[in-house]
Amino acid sequence: MANGKRKLLLITTTLLCASLLFGCTNSKDKTTDTGDAGTGKNSTQTTKKTITITYRDDGIGEEGVFYKWIKEVSASYPNKDVEIKPTPIQASEGDYFAKIALALKSKDTAPDIVTEDTFILNSDASAGFLEPMDERLKGWEDWTNGSFIEAMKKGVTASDGKVYGVPYNTDSRGLWYNKEIFKQAGLPEDWQPKSWDDVLKTARTIKEKAGQDIVPIWMNMGKATGEATSMQTYEMLLYGTGDRLYDDASGKWIIKSQGILDALSFIESVNKEKLGPPLSKVLNGQAGNTSSREYLPKGKLAISLDGSWITGNYFENGAAPWPEYKDVLGFAPMPTSKGQEPGSITLAGGWALSIPSNAQHKDEAFDFIKYALNKENTQKLVIASGNITVRADVAKDPGYTKMPFNEIATDYLKNAEFRPAQDKYPEVSTQIQTMVESVATGTSPADAMKKYAQDVTRIAGNDHVMEK
Amino acid sequence: MSSVTVDVSYKKRKTYTWLYFLLPSIAIMLVFFIYPILLTFYYSFTNLALTGEAAKELKFIGFDNYIRMFEDPTVRISIWNTLIFLIGSAVIGQQVLGFLVALLMKHKNKMFRRVIGTIVLAGWVTPEIVCALCLYSFFGDDGTLNAIITFFGIPEVTWLYTVPMITIILANIWHGTAFSMLVFQAALDDVPSEIEEAAVVDGASKWQILTKIIIPYIKDTITTNMMLVTLQTLGVFGLIYAMTGGGPGTSTTTLPIFMYNQAFVNYQLGYGTAISLLLLLIGIILSLFYIRSMKE
Repeated sequence: MANGKRKLLLITTTLLCASLLFGCTNSKDKTTDTGDAGTGKNSTQTTKKTITITYRDDGIGEEGVFYKWIKEVSASYPNKDVEIKPTPIQASEGDYFAKIALALKSKDTAPDIVTEDTFILNSDASAGFLEPMDERLKGWEDWTNGSFIEAMKKGVTASDGKVYGVPYNTDSRGLWYNKEIFKQAGLPEDWQPKSWDDVLKTARTIKEKAGQDIVPIWMNMGKATGEATSMQTYEMLLYGTGDRLYDDASGKWIIKSQGILDALSFIESVNKEKLGPPLSKVLNGQAGNTSSREYLPKGKLAISLDGSWITGNYFENGAAPWPEYKDVLGFAPMPTSKGQEPGSITLAGGWALSIPSNAQHKDEAFDFIKYALNKENTQKLVIASGNITVRADVAKDPGYTKMPFNEIATDYLKNAEFRPAQDKYPEVSTQIQTMVESVATGTSPADAMKKYAQDVTRIAGNDHVMEK
Repeated sequence: MSSVTVDVSYKKRKTYTWLYFLLPSIAIMLVFFIYPILLTFYYSFTNLALTGEAAKELKFIGFDNYIRMFEDPTVRISIWNTLIFLIGSAVIGQQVLGFLVALLMKHKNKMFRRVIGTIVLAGWVTPEIVCALCLYSFFGDDGTLNAIITFFGIPEVTWLYTVPMITIILANIWHGTAFSMLVFQAALDDVPSEIEEAAVVDGASKWQILTKIIIPYIKDTITTNMMLVTLQTLGVFGLIYAMTGGGPGTSTTTLPIFMYNQAFVNYQLGYGTAISLLLLLIGIILSLFYIRSMKE
């Protein structure tokens, strides 16, 4: 009897404890802190509507560029019947997309305007989270008269051909280098590498001549750095070989190709020859900040394969003020693997303002987007954040071109490639990160590609993959 | 006659009264426990996703998630990592260490017990995430441990990168040992001192007293504690996520980390729930194993 009772007690305890495990599956739902959806807050002022804008706050809150910009734009917004309310999500980049997806699912939590990275925009659109904007955009002169660079509209067009957001910035990628270290190592200060071999040779020279404390070349190579690893490192390499991630003609993901092997071999060389950063630094989520905010300004890093926006850190009110950056840094285009046409390559991404399907005040939200992304206001935002503009009129403005590197970064966009506008891309991207990290930690490129092939096949299905 | 009817209705009433009293807890169990489990079970057979086309249309996909799980080499790695983490930190670490601390404190003076007890308890009362950050800064490249060893002229070691599994095991031991210690303290206090004294009189060695008297006496506590600690450790997420994020590579990816990655990084909630059921299954198997071993 006593034994039976004890058994019962144990079973109950087991079940109760097992229920603790379930905490993990659903806990995220509770953390979607998009604030209130903008309803009922102003019951006393019945005519005033609250338009909420959700964006990512990387931890600096009211000091953030985006927050300041919203405040400034909403203060000058002529329609005083609406109140613009920032409802940021404080999260790492990866978590932001998950939280956004959860928030957009419900009318209770969806904001009126949301900032979407163009790589996830297509997925969110396919999920039915976003409102197609074509009809509204037809009536907006700026959109139709060529003020927006036509190529940039591609980034906000989903696979169904509809537009789901108004872009507000873009970026290009290339090789940042420290001219002082180059000088010290006897290398040209105006560096124009012609092929990957050139890049590796330069890195070797730096390793030999510039001293042990200096990292020759930094590329993000970890899963923890998420999309930065996929885009700034892997895709910059892969697209430089002439290969692509996705074959548009057949609608299939390319899972095996010489290009993939070449790209991975480059990563392997950097790590085998110890030309890259210590793995303990580069495989963690802070790696992007470590290179741009610490290593590069402190002269501990010679070459960094990174985005055009990193200079935003060096502004007076940036995260790592460094007034000398204009003279110390150079920004070289990333060459193609063997210097083949078009000679250099860049990947372009960017962010857009979208209206969720579950938004409460869609018309008011669109009106505000039109105002916020007019020439004057877009310019303020891209200059303050160090991004590249998507508006042709801003690109010509002296206020914009006088910013160091803006002109070259914009110039690189000539050969810009975009990530595939496929709803599986975010998932494929995490497989890329796994593949790159495994090569960085010693797996052979061939084995890493084999695993990538298996994983992508599983994600996309046998009929949607191909070998080249 | 009438007395019989009264009796029956009384009995009937008595039979069902317990049910009324249990209703609130049954309702709570249904809503917060049974329903989520059934829902999880159901979702594990669907393509539930956070974004993308699958987020729009929930489809029943049969055993696809489970097939995928068995084909996915990372699942095997995660199960392996989970077991290493479990044996290292729960079974050997918390259980054995907790028992030793409790045993060594037995019969010691009150002051000693209080001071040592408080020190060990500090790890337990510290919230998991704080604990993770403390140990991250201890094992970090510029952390306390490296500061200590470089002081003695030993070159720096990138602990979190070179021996990540050991760092998270030590972290979990530091965090959880106090629980086992408390459980064992209570059990050891219940071992009648007369038996021990009698054994001493009979000439038993300390080792014999420990293995022949104390351990058999607290056998049930050992099993119960083992089970509790096992289930707690199976679900550890924050500690590992904050310290290593499951990396480098997959070297510290345990099942909860893997599940999180699939559900919230790859946005595949359906697959994530299938993995959570695997985790539950492992918990149940281990618990049954403990219960059986206790019977024997």
